Amino acid sequence: MTNIAVTLTVNGVVRRAEVPGRRLLSDCLRHDLGLTGTHVGCEHGVCGCCTVLLDGEPVRSCLTLAATADGHEITTVEGLAGPDGEPSPVQRAFAECHGLQCGFCTPGFLCTVTALLRDNPAPSEEEVLEGLSGNLCRCTGYQNIVRSVRRAAELIAGKGDGGPAGWPSGPVRTSGDTGAEGA
Amino acid sequence: MSGTETRPDRGQSRERGHGPGVGRDLGVGHSAPRPDGTLKVTGEFAYSSDLYLADMVWGATLRGPHPSARIRSVDVGPALAMPGVLAALTCEDVPGELFYGLDRRDQPVLAADRVRYQGEPVAIVAADHPERARRAAAAIVVDYEVTEAVTDPRRAAFDPSCPAVHDGGNVVRHQPVRVGGDFTAPVVVTGEYEVGMQDQAFLGPESGLAVPAEDGGVDLFVATQWLHVDRDQIAPCLGLPPELVRLTLAGVGGAFGAREDLSMQVHACMLALRTGRPVKMVYGRQESFFGHVHRHPARMRYEHGADLDGRLRYVRAEILLDGGAYCSSTPAVVGNAASLGVGPYEVPNVWIDAYGVYTNNPPCGAMRGFGAVQACFAYESQMDRLAEACGLSPVEVRVRNAVSQGSRLATGQVIDSPAPLAGMLRELAAMPLPPEPSRTAGPVAVPPPAGPARAAAATSVPDPAGVRAPGAAATPDLLDLPGGVAQTTHGEGVRRGVGYGVGIKNICFSEGFDDHSTARVRVELLGGEPHVLVRTAAAEVGQGLVTVQEQIARTELGVERVTVAQADTTVGSAGSTSASRQSYVTGGAVRAACRAVRERLAVLRANGETLAETLERAGAVEETRVYRHRPTFPMDPVTGQGDSHAQLALCVHRAVVDVDVELGLVKVVELAAVQDVGRVLNPLALEGQIHGGSAQGLGLALMEEVQVVDGRVLNPSFTDYLIPTILDMPPMRVSVLANPDPHAPYGLRGAGEPPTLSSTPAVAAAVRAATGLRLPRVPIRPHDIAMDGSRYGNWAGDRSL
Repeated sequence: MTNIAVTLTVNGVVRRAEVPGRRLLSDCLRHDLGLTGTHVGCEHGVCGCCTVLLDGEPVRSCLTLAATADGHEITTVEGLAGPDGEPSPVQRAFAECHGLQCGFCTPGFLCTVTALLRDNPAPSEEEVLEGLSGNLCRCTGYQNIVRSVRRAAELIAGKGDGGPAGWPSGPVRTSGDTGAEGA
Repeated sequence: MSGTETRPDRGQSRERGHGPGVGRDLGVGHSAPRPDGTLKVTGEFAYSSDLYLADMVWGATLRGPHPSARIRSVDVGPALAMPGVLAALTCEDVPGELFYGLDRRDQPVLAADRVRYQGEPVAIVAADHPERARRAAAAIVVDYEVTEAVTDPRRAAFDPSCPAVHDGGNVVRHQPVRVGGDFTAPVVVTGEYEVGMQDQAFLGPESGLAVPAEDGGVDLFVATQWLHVDRDQIAPCLGLPPELVRLTLAGVGGAFGAREDLSMQVHACMLALRTGRPVKMVYGRQESFFGHVHRHPARMRYEHGADLDGRLRYVRAEILLDGGAYCSSTPAVVGNAASLGVGPYEVPNVWIDAYGVYTNNPPCGAMRGFGAVQACFAYESQMDRLAEACGLSPVEVRVRNAVSQGSRLATGQVIDSPAPLAGMLRELAAMPLPPEPSRTAGPVAVPPPAGPARAAAATSVPDPAGVRAPGAAATPDLLDLPGGVAQTTHGEGVRRGVGYGVGIKNICFSEGFDDHSTARVRVELLGGEPHVLVRTAAAEVGQGLVTVQEQIARTELGVERVTVAQADTTVGSAGSTSASRQSYVTGGAVRAACRAVRERLAVLRANGETLAETLERAGAVEETRVYRHRPTFPMDPVTGQGDSHAQLALCVHRAVVDVDVELGLVKVVELAAVQDVGRVLNPLALEGQIHGGSAQGLGLALMEEVQVVDGRVLNPSFTDYLIPTILDMPPMRVSVLANPDPHAPYGLRGAGEPPTLSSTPAVAAAVRAATGLRLPRVPIRPHDIAMDGSRYGNWAGDRSL
């Protein structure tokens, strides 16, 4: 089996790997380059956990061959933070707004949202929903993910420190145990 | 307590801390951030599938393709002859006990003489590369003799001529409930209901890393829900004493019940012990569908009798749960279905028979809601039929029958903490409805389809939240309609419906189980500052227990710096992360250990000394405590009576849907929920539980089903097993009540499961309201609405006087 030498710029660092032609980009990132922040949830492009940015555009790394990424720039979740390690606005928003629970889907969401807000810094609700419809989350019911995206947009717009956006969505209160009235 | 008091919980913490002001913002009652949140957004959090050791090798599993077959022979020779293969093992290589299981040890580590479900593990291999391991597993030659598969649970339960899947018969548990003896009523509604097989569909597949140790034991790093019960099943199979099998929780990519049973644990340990190398096993998505239990599919027959005013006089029910090929937790699932089978309603006469049976279908066990989900769909569907028959609104019929504190469940157990169901329903009904689509001039009543029961009900039910139609189309936003971007309609044929659902779930393990948790809490000076280390074996699976443990330690000890150690078996069992029980039981253990530490510190502390000064002088203080909730008792095997549950939790949902009745497509427009959680520990995390549980209930109502035909799974992939996307999940309106349960730590009530119960029947009821169809089965498929719905229109046995 002939291996192919690929050169990828991953998170700003030039990385080289010798891979079989059928090596998936997801496997290349996780196993050859040791970047396990990119997760594999379904292996066929449905769940979006493996989403990375290829020349800035979100792609399913489980549907992309490493060889086809040769010479291109890849950004994974490990590359979203600033050079000093400061979390990006999108990362910060997901952590602040409880936009994650188990967190397995989170790297894919972060990459998708990073590109979405770069292209459209003030998306409408519909644009957010459509933009994230290719990423599955099983824990959150998506409510706090939508909140996180709004919060990230605020942070990017410089409306930084007013606390997480839109919380709480419903009242938290105590009511009396009135039982079945008339019972 | 009476009346209604509005008390925003945010910003309040009634617990006393030591240092004034210290830790208040991050203690109990506050939306403290997750300690793992940063690692999870930077990609550094190590899930079980991410673990790596330089000399590790890879395991793979060969699974039988037949639902039922005898194994004549297994030849691992071809696998061992392949390059890079280090081991190929069969049942003959199991070092200890050949069987494991949560309730009965009936499941073989590797199949011996027969396989009982499609996908049962037959052999395992280790190789130096995952692809080599997979190919080697595929090269193993197994000679099967296919035998008759038992795939009809009704036949398995009641047909004496049906082959037995296991010795001892196919009924795993039959639990009756018998109350009273008067099964007559002026209004009777009957129904047969079905719940399909739901998959937990966590996103991080089964995986782990087994490392052989110098002492002959093994260290296993694994994503699981219950470290100790894993260990107690693994060690006997390995022929090792439990102390030589050490488990550490690896990062868990969701659980929802699917990790309560073993998957790759024993296999990876066997391969590690055989090869002397660390062995990693990671299931792919397809293997995951075969590698864990699912939610029991159910077939249910219900008969509700009531007075003319809608008050229940009796409920008769038969609940049949297909447990598949192995026992797993079927007995406990049956217990829940039986004990909660009439729902949170006062019913003077009850006759329930709940069965769990063996078949050659995929094994079923724990999934969020655990037996209560299936029954809830049926009894709530019945309550809507009763409302129809009595000319009441769905809300009113529920309010008239609602339990409250002091009510008796069907088991005779008295609800001895707040259960304000009627008030919850009223609050839910009073929430504003989402606006009609802009094209709509106003609600227009749509004549229901023909059918005597429906027609009779429609004339007498002035239901403000009933059937509505969009009316004349102006300029609809096509993306907002059912079908979405597929643009399958311009609004014609789209009907709106509103439905309600109520659910009651037992919290913690029931029926006499010794349900406990252990916590070790250490306070010491680190860098001159007091620091608390909390150690438990409780599995964080995403729900946020690590946050809650930190919050409790801060509140109890008044120390801001708290670390929760990675869960492992160096401390006593914490019990399972299931049954919505960890905040209650492990939370209770952490609180107890913290209070023991606090008492020690109070003795040690000299007058005027700060905590840091005490620790400096006296050294670290450490205490370990075990917490148990109050005892529960088995259900009587004949009458089903008994105080079987530690705690009960209520949730109610309202769903608003738009249905394209021509194509059978459903868009859920809004979900609203009211849940009583006793005490809010972390508002944001709590909301996340309610949102997520509601989404899984929506999935069961409309899209999620493991399709099994003749014992074979047709859709083991995310292309064909659909879970809700962000476009399927509507905005939610959530109201949280906090009426404390005096028996529970901080008054809290487990919160994770109840929303999974009530959302399913609410969505189903809304679709019925929109279509006028019976729809007795979930998930509701497009063809149930568009093609053959009329067959559900006329139900024998209905009568209304």
